[in-house]
Amino acid sequence: MEFQDLQIMAEQERSRRKAIRIHCCTSSGCQASGALELFHQLQAAVEAAGQNERVDIVGVGCMGFCGQGPMVSVEADGVLFEHVRPEQAPEIIASLDGGPCNVKQGDHAHPFFSRQLHIVRRNGGVIDPERIEEYIAVGGYQALYHVLHEMSPAEVIDAITRSGLRGRGGAGYPTGLKWATVAKSPGERKFVICNGDEGDPGAFMDRSILESDPHLILEGMSIAAYAVGADQGYLYVRGEYPLAIARLQKAIAQARKHDLLGSQIFDTSFNFRVDIRVGAGAFVCGEETALIASIEGRRGQPRPRPPYPAEHGLWGYPTLINNVETFGNIAPIITNGADWYAGIGTERSKGTKVFALTGKVRNTGLIEVPMGMTIREIVEELGGGTPDGTPVKGVQTGGPSGGCIPEALFDTPVDYESLAEVGSIMGSGGMVVMDATTNMVEIARFYMEFCMDESCGKCIPCRTGTVQMYRLLSKISAGQATAADLATLEQLCHLLRETSLCGLGQSAPNPVQSTLRYFREEYERLLRKRVRINLTSR
Amino acid sequence: MAARTLTINGTLISARSNETVLEAAREAGISIPTLCHLDGLSEVGACRLCLVEIAGSAKLQPACHTTVTEGMEVQTDTPRLKAHRRAIVELLFAERNHICAVCVASGHCELQQLAVEVGMSHVRYEYLSPDCSVDISHARFGIDHNRCVLCTRCVRACDEVEGVHTWDIAGRGTNARVITDLNVPWGEATSCTSCGKCLLACPTGAIFSRGSTVAELERDASRIATIVAARNERW
Amino acid sequence: MNRLKLATVWLGGCSGCHMSLLDLDEWLIDLAAHVDLVYSPIADQKTFPEDVDLTLVEGAIANDEHLELIQDVRERSRMVVALGDCAVTGNVTALRNPLGEARSILQQVYIEHGDPRGILPSTPGIVPILVDQVVPIHMIIPVDLFLAGCPPSGPRIRAVLEALLAGTPPELVGGFG
Ligand SMILES: Cc1cc2nc3c(=O)[nH]c(=O)nc-3n(C[C@H](O)[C@H](O)[C@H](O)COP(=O)(O)O)c2cc1C
Ligand code: SF4
Ligand code: SF4
Ligand code: SF4
Ligand code: FES
Ligand code: FES
Repeated sequence: MEFQDLQIMAEQERSRRKAIRIHCCTSSGCQASGALELFHQLQAAVEAAGQNERVDIVGVGCMGFCGQGPMVSVEADGVLFEHVRPEQAPEIIASLDGGPCNVKQGDHAHPFFSRQLHIVRRNGGVIDPERIEEYIAVGGYQALYHVLHEMSPAEVIDAITRSGLRGRGGAGYPTGLKWATVAKSPGERKFVICNGDEGDPGAFMDRSILESDPHLILEGMSIAAYAVGADQGYLYVRGEYPLAIARLQKAIAQARKHDLLGSQIFDTSFNFRVDIRVGAGAFVCGEETALIASIEGRRGQPRPRPPYPAEHGLWGYPTLINNVETFGNIAPIITNGADWYAGIGTERSKGTKVFALTGKVRNTGLIEVPMGMTIREIVEELGGGTPDGTPVKGVQTGGPSGGCIPEALFDTPVDYESLAEVGSIMGSGGMVVMDATTNMVEIARFYMEFCMDESCGKCIPCRTGTVQMYRLLSKISAGQATAADLATLEQLCHLLRETSLCGLGQSAPNPVQSTLRYFREEYERLLRKRVRINLTSR
Repeated sequence: MAARTLTINGTLISARSNETVLEAAREAGISIPTLCHLDGLSEVGACRLCLVEIAGSAKLQPACHTTVTEGMEVQTDTPRLKAHRRAIVELLFAERNHICAVCVASGHCELQQLAVEVGMSHVRYEYLSPDCSVDISHARFGIDHNRCVLCTRCVRACDEVEGVHTWDIAGRGTNARVITDLNVPWGEATSCTSCGKCLLACPTGAIFSRGSTVAELERDASRIATIVAARNERW
Repeated sequence: MNRLKLATVWLGGCSGCHMSLLDLDEWLIDLAAHVDLVYSPIADQKTFPEDVDLTLVEGAIANDEHLELIQDVRERSRMVVALGDCAVTGNVTALRNPLGEARSILQQVYIEHGDPRGILPSTPGIVPILVDQVVPIHMIIPVDLFLAGCPPSGPRIRAVLEALLAGTPPELVGGFG
């Protein structure tokens, strides 16, 4: 494949397009509300209306408004339909020619859409993720070509460093720095791993990206492999994501067919293969050393770091491991330049972040917003506040490793440092809105139960500390605990944070500590003076 | 091998460049509590008892898994570390059913000794009282899960020294259990050579020789290191 | 000199700790020179008295009587010592905990492994009601000193008592089993 071939493919793809393109979301969210049936009905309606020459029904990736699915949009005039039922398909087709249409319409000008900035999700809801031609038609794989032919690995790393991109897997480690470390670590072989384990409850950003734009991730991984000197990549995706896996498999096969993966890519000496590894659904396998153990076929348990995977990773070789969304930013950075990217966001957090906005909020779904947007803007403008208009109490970000931020601090901008300062974390992008009815002790208990169930059991503080903490939270919640129990809980928070082996245990106290910090009275209200004990029930 | 100079608790000591903080400390006569570490086996850094403070690092580091560096300043016995160690030992006592009064290992048990070392007068946490099994299907040994602390010393001794890998861990979190072969009774684990290395390695009364009764189980875990050394040095 | 008011209490335990105390033989006579034994299973005293200086508690909390008594003990004693492993950890008394809550244990003991046609003992006010999970005493009341051992040896008990009489509370760790 040559650059010209890419352009020819793109041109061919564009010229075969019909006058009207109707996008029907066929990603998991909408599939769950019947999108596949709708897709077929839309095709049938086009057929029945004799519109085959003019109208194309395209199954596309996630549009972000998953709570309103199934979603359908008409490309040319930007009409957006929500909650479409299969039997409404003929109505939509008829409306193209001015027919009456009672299908609920969305509004592109709504802040939910207009305030977003799509970099990673720019193809979501726009292209058919199952056809490489569509990806190429929107400029896909040109960044890879550019990199292989016009940039040295060092220049690529320099561009990523200057862009200011930081890892989207949670910790926000500078991506360029990580790539540079892998590049200079000596090793006969090197590996690139894409972390698509996404185990946080409520998070579906990475799933959506993988389902909506698999080639974007493959291209990002290829560029990374070239930069660090790897020839083999692994996509680690959790088994609960069958659609993402299927689409990735298809994408890999297509890329290989067009020599965009494999040997001598774009007629250079660069070789890169990618294989999928399916995770068995353990949250801890998202932790990089556990993930590596899992790929190696061992029990998915973390090991102490250092040594870091960058030096001593998969089978002992230098290994680059990045999150799905991190890889999703790579091709756009190469295409538009590091300076462009560095111009978006805040001083220390560049670019955009994808969030899964859920909970007690009117507009739920996936949003991609520039770093630095305040929580208030996200919750009130994009999210539209609570469904019943009552005041918002707070948001939870970062899932089981994150914390709760009270409404009083909603002017906090979304960036790594600011969120950490208020006791939460950026995390991978879960954002759960809570209203006055939300019981903060129950929130803390929910996440602690998750950590307890997901603790791998290797280190003592996390393995048994999470059980003790869960029991104490249950006891408090049931009104059976004393002030001494609360003190023990706080002491355990401290213990787990400082002594656990991996991030799971170290951050498991976050939901407890942040709710104690801002909503302590909700705990204290539930305390009793004397110890109570259960007698035999007779 | 180049030498490194470092301080532990303010005392200047020298160590070989590939030594761990734990090794360097022990050579200098400074004791750091350990449980998952056993001389002769690989390090897993799991029990977290050996955590130490290192100047310039916000995180506590496991002495058993941290290599010495030039000028390193290590603290092994601060109030913060002591409090954490005591809490960790208490968590272990609360996790399974340690009834020392009826235990084969009483008096010769590393966990019991740790309780003394860390100053545990009582356990502040709720006893979880799990329902644990005892497997005496093996002709010579038994495993009592009531007393297992999941240190994986048996797993490593069997895998790394005997080269068999009869033992492994199944399940996760506090439901994790050591298993033999593919979770069959020990007596049916055909890979087991009955060498007894797991028995030597086990720090508690979990693995015992059949027929021993309360407080009778005395073993010398350092024999694992002797076997490994003999092999490496071709004695 | 004011004589110290000493009490000893026997909760869910085998009385071994009291035996160990009695093992101190003639030293008990020395002890008697300094203390008044105001309540004990080896003395005839029905209710736990007020204003006790030092109470040694043997045994874990296993039933409703223990629960009640331990509250009185705490309220009326200046210092409470958990004497022996059952008081400190639950120990042998707590061996029943993994088997389930009290009711299911009674079922197992009296019916399943006993007499299939038998009945569960139920004589309210006479036989105390079991707690679902046996717990060491510090789970119910604050405890000042933990003297582990099953039982703690006579000399160990004596060392503690001597220290307490001299007004220097001893540092006690470990000694389980
Ligand atoms: C318990 C635990 C779970 C994790 N789960 C994920 C995950 O699902 N996806 C992910 O990308 N990173 C996860 N991480 C972070 C990874 O260890 C690693 O830092 C990340 O993949 C690095 O990629 P980045 O630099 O692009 O963020 C997890 C970490 C911990 C401690
Ligand atoms: S912190 Fe938890 S998940 Fe991590 S190693 Fe320890 S037990 Fe396993
Ligand atoms: S293993 Fe050790 S701590 Fe556990 S019961 Fe036996 S002697 Fe006690
Ligand atoms: S059986 Fe013994 S050696 Fe094996 S994990 Fe349990 S305590 Fe450790
Ligand atoms: S899954 Fe259809 S809009 Fe997100
Ligand atoms: S001895 Fe170092 S972590 Fe266990």
